[in-house]
Amino acid sequence: MSRIAEVFSKGKAFIPFITAGDPDLSITEILIPAMAEAGADLIEIGIPFSDPVAEGIVIQEADMRALSAGTTTDKIFESVKRIRMKTGVPLAFMTYLNPVFVYGSERFIKNAAECGVDALIVPDLPYEEKEELKPYCSKYGIDLISLIAPTSKERIKTIAAEAEGFVYCVSSMGVTGVRTKINTNIGNMISLVKETKDIPCAIGFGISTPEQAKEMSQYADGVIVGSAIVKLAAKYGTDCVEPICSYVREMKAAIS
Amino acid sequence: MSKGRFGQHGGQFVPETLMNAVEELLEAYEKYSHDEEFLKELQTLHETYTGRPSLLYYAEKMTKDLGGAKIYLKREDLNHTGSHKINNALGQVLLAKKMGKTRVIAETGAGQHGVATATAAALMGLECEIYMGEEDTERQALNVFRMELLGAKVHPVTSGTKTLKDAVNETMREWTNRVEDTHYVLGSVMGPHPFPTIVRDFQSIIGKEVRSQILKAEGKLPDLLIACVGGGSNAMGLFYEFLEEPSVKMIGCEAAGHGIDTDQHAATISKGTLGIFHGMKSYFCQDEYGQIAPVYSISAGLDYPGIGPEHANLHDSGRAQYVAVTDLEAVEAFEYLSRIEGIIPAIESSHAIAHARKIAPSMGKDEVIVINLSGRGDKDVAAIARYKGVQIYE
Repeated sequence: MSRIAEVFSKGKAFIPFITAGDPDLSITEILIPAMAEAGADLIEIGIPFSDPVAEGIVIQEADMRALSAGTTTDKIFESVKRIRMKTGVPLAFMTYLNPVFVYGSERFIKNAAECGVDALIVPDLPYEEKEELKPYCSKYGIDLISLIAPTSKERIKTIAAEAEGFVYCVSSMGVTGVRTKINTNIGNMISLVKETKDIPCAIGFGISTPEQAKEMSQYADGVIVGSAIVKLAAKYGTDCVEPICSYVREMKAAIS
Repeated sequence: MSKGRFGQHGGQFVPETLMNAVEELLEAYEKYSHDEEFLKELQTLHETYTGRPSLLYYAEKMTKDLGGAKIYLKREDLNHTGSHKINNALGQVLLAKKMGKTRVIAETGAGQHGVATATAAALMGLECEIYMGEEDTERQALNVFRMELLGAKVHPVTSGTKTLKDAVNETMREWTNRVEDTHYVLGSVMGPHPFPTIVRDFQSIIGKEVRSQILKAEGKLPDLLIACVGGGSNAMGLFYEFLEEPSVKMIGCEAAGHGIDTDQHAATISKGTLGIFHGMKSYFCQDEYGQIAPVYSISAGLDYPGIGPEHANLHDSGRAQYVAVTDLEAVEAFEYLSRIEGIIPAIESSHAIAHARKIAPSMGKDEVIVINLSGRGDKDVAAIARYKGVQIYE
């Protein structure tokens, strides 16, 4: 069983996101094992991009902070190698297609696999274009995560049929960021996936409170939280490890 | 699988949230681009509203002054709203209306596409919101007020480099936020399929008119076409008609800013590398890690780090040639055309004029150049004055 499959077999998964190198990579190296310790079941590591079109202002600013601090893809690979020595928590890289493509798609995916990364999430790589990365992901044993959105409708079955690892269900229209209310019929989206394939589904976009996480976990196998955590990183800077870990504990408890 | 390719370029690299929207657009476009009523409606707008066909003007004084090839100017600057952008804006807004959309959004650099979209939306009764880099709202303050007069809401974009690239980012973000009733009127031959094709088709009226106009005037096809290139819509509009005519050479002029050996330019073909951004595979100014580079040009309309995928392919195949023109050369051309022909060109189009000044003298007197004068320069007068250190009190 892959590390990712194992996570979802043990109950509802809490999946936090952080931007690598925000505020700097030495903090990232402490933060990821600490979040795993605090109850994170799978951790998304954002590779910062200059123009993250699927992100709201919170993660846009985190990307800018990380890039200004001199974060590069190579330095992130080095950090993840060291992180892997400290924790066995499943790791997913979340980034845009251009940083992967320009680095060299095969070289990127090979390096990611060698660092112990389990999955890759690329929001600007839709189903129709996945051949850009899929052959290399298969070759090096990395799950290329499929996303479905409230607008996907009849596309959900097509996408689910070829999905691997887990399906990332985008809860709301628009970009990432905290929302007070999620109006989409998530249950319906997820049942369309499950009718097609027995694969875990995790919900992301807009979730920030324990109450929302609890509600979403009724429908899904996992809950993804990004902006709410990145906000803590922005607020506390190099002192962010403890506040983020206490938030992770609270969110994990809410869905357990 | 992957659609909308031009050689290795193009494609459809958008978030899943937008996939059904681009598919719906493609379906609608395939239907209406063959619909006689739609085409007739658009043609009537071109003739009665825009003032098409635009003139093809023989620049006799410029020709004599340069002493080489005969120079013709395709006067897109005489269109309603002052540039070629209206050709695409009318087409897309009409298409959006047929699709039942009630709201259009658009990015703009210099403001020409924003003004054109706001104009088309006012005419057809659609709600309109324009995203414009904050830096550009300052460089082109008059155009901001112009769009507001036309009933559009203008959002200054404060993220990233606060220019055209960031305006595109923000318009895409807004489209993912509200896609059901909203069409994104992309302003150039770029972005995800089918935009590069749709925009090219709506702009190809430029080249079609040039063909019949030059045949009438000269009894032959032009030897050389010259146009400026940011995303590349006016160039593609001129070139497309002549792609299958091997005798017609074509040159796209990109912005070299302070020079392509500095880090202050927007010369995508000269200095860019292959990447995947803003929905398309093409060439981009970027670093070794795929971070998009901050670009620079005196011209807000050419200040973009990418180029449309069809141009990237024309470059790969050698069918078209791309050259870089500096700010200084463009400003000199801006002044030159104003004095010699009494025509003030847009600073974007001045890049094409500048290259013609370099190349025309070495060509034969029996050869013919057509330059796409894509826009008028009124909007740039204050900026050129500032560039030259002249104080203007408006």
